[in-house]
Amino acid sequence: MKGRVGIIGIGHGVFGRRSDATVQELAFEAFRSALQDAGIERDAVDASVIGSVPEYHKQRSLAGVVQEYLGLNPKPTWLTEVACASGSAAMRTAWMSIKAGVHDVVAVIGCQKMTELSTPEILALMGRVGEVQWESVFGTTFPAYYALFAKRHMHEFGTTREQLIEVAVKNHYYGARNPYALFRKEITLEKALVSEEVATPLQVYDCCANADGAACVILASEERARALSSNTVWLDGMGSATASMSVLRRPNLTGLPSAEAAAAEAYRMAGISAADVKVADVHDCFTIAEIMAYEDLSFCAKGEGGPFIADRQTYIGGKVAVNVDGGLKAKGHPIGATGVSMTCEIAKQLRGEAGERQVPDADVGLTHNVGGIGQYCFVQILRRD
Amino acid sequence: MFQWFGKINYSPFTKVGAFADHLKDGRLMGSRCTACGTTSFPPRADCEECMSGDFEFQEISGRAVLHTFTKIVAAPTGFEDVTPYIVGVVDLEEGGRALAWFGETIAEEEIRIGMELQVVPRIFEESEEIKVYYSLDRPGTSWSKV
Ligand SMILES: [Zn+2]
Repeated sequence: MKGRVGIIGIGHGVFGRRSDATVQELAFEAFRSALQDAGIERDAVDASVIGSVPEYHKQRSLAGVVQEYLGLNPKPTWLTEVACASGSAAMRTAWMSIKAGVHDVVAVIGCQKMTELSTPEILALMGRVGEVQWESVFGTTFPAYYALFAKRHMHEFGTTREQLIEVAVKNHYYGARNPYALFRKEITLEKALVSEEVATPLQVYDCCANADGAACVILASEERARALSSNTVWLDGMGSATASMSVLRRPNLTGLPSAEAAAAEAYRMAGISAADVKVADVHDCFTIAEIMAYEDLSFCAKGEGGPFIADRQTYIGGKVAVNVDGGLKAKGHPIGATGVSMTCEIAKQLRGEAGERQVPDADVGLTHNVGGIGQYCFVQILRRD
Repeated sequence: MFQWFGKINYSPFTKVGAFADHLKDGRLMGSRCTACGTTSFPPRADCEECMSGDFEFQEISGRAVLHTFTKIVAAPTGFEDVTPYIVGVVDLEEGGRALAWFGETIAEEEIRIGMELQVVPRIFEESEEIKVYYSLDRPGTSWSKV
């Protein structure tokens, strides 16, 4: 094992309906700003890893077209895909390649266009998010799975409808202050609770929205990072785990075992505990997902996620600031870009550059990126010197 | 003929395809590994414990307890005509779980996590092709061709 792996540059595009750009053009925006942020030339990059979910794009084999448009030929590239965690899988393979001593500087690009598909195409895809042999045949949808988790969580722990929606209220509050966010306005509990039903108990305001977008992180070996950058943020814990595709084979439906396992591995690798984390970006694809994340990451005890948000413990000033960039909920969820966007945001926080959303004394941060309904989970611990 | 299973079938070819033939005849089948005896519902051909590929179908009672449920209002392609619909996940008496729609013996207002239910084989009415599924119904509800 070589030394640490550092983040020396971050770049983030605006998330939303980007009718002005192709996916490779979105990738270019993020890549160019990450290079500028790192203060390095394109030639310094040894390889790229692209995190993206192919079925949303007309262009097949996306890594090839992105690599060409970024002007990185003939350097190597590859695509990683694990649903909504594809960006963090790209981070992990880039980190692995540096740890293995194969590459010194790697660009990780999460990019996704989701608005190219027609509504019927989206609805058809929506019918196949679950396990198709035994579950999709009954018309299950992505929100329906999280609704199943929510109902069970409410049953076992007394989590309330209001506690769920408080997550959305918080994330919109911070999203309103993030220039890269899709929804830049605050919402009220009262208004959110009368929004359209999607899958009971979840309503429109419990769900994140599809978006187009890209984010880029430049990683470097410890030696190269120290030579190239004076404000490196270190990737000191990298946890990754899986759980069954089918909800019929999960030990329980009140949390994600993949998240618990990935968190345990990341904390152990970094030599820290949950209490050391000052700021986190967690995968709030639905409000219940953020509440389960509090518990799976041990920010609070099992079953106490509802009161934890109601007591404002995840606002800045609480026990741990969570999704103070707006989260998937307000920032938008370009699925392949999301994991990389999380890393960008936490690096920015640790560098003290988050402006009015800055968490005071942020020295240890965490990202939690979930694929699908928890089939995959990646947890990163970031630390500054 | 696994293509019979479900309103829309996405995986017509499987080693447990005869599941749908049994369902058409009113039998709900799990699998049993003939090497080590491990049982599974939904059925699987390859044993997750001992990795043997030898299995047999074994009928299960269908008695179950409701674990969780949701009413789906925003439906995917192919389910527009039955929207909204309620799906439940049940814990089966013999182990394993099933996900299915509620049948007409249960009113929406009476659905409670923890309630006892019966998983009942069903054939879609008014369909030209054979289409089978199973539903969550009141305990004691028996299969009947409709
Ligand atoms: Zn066996």
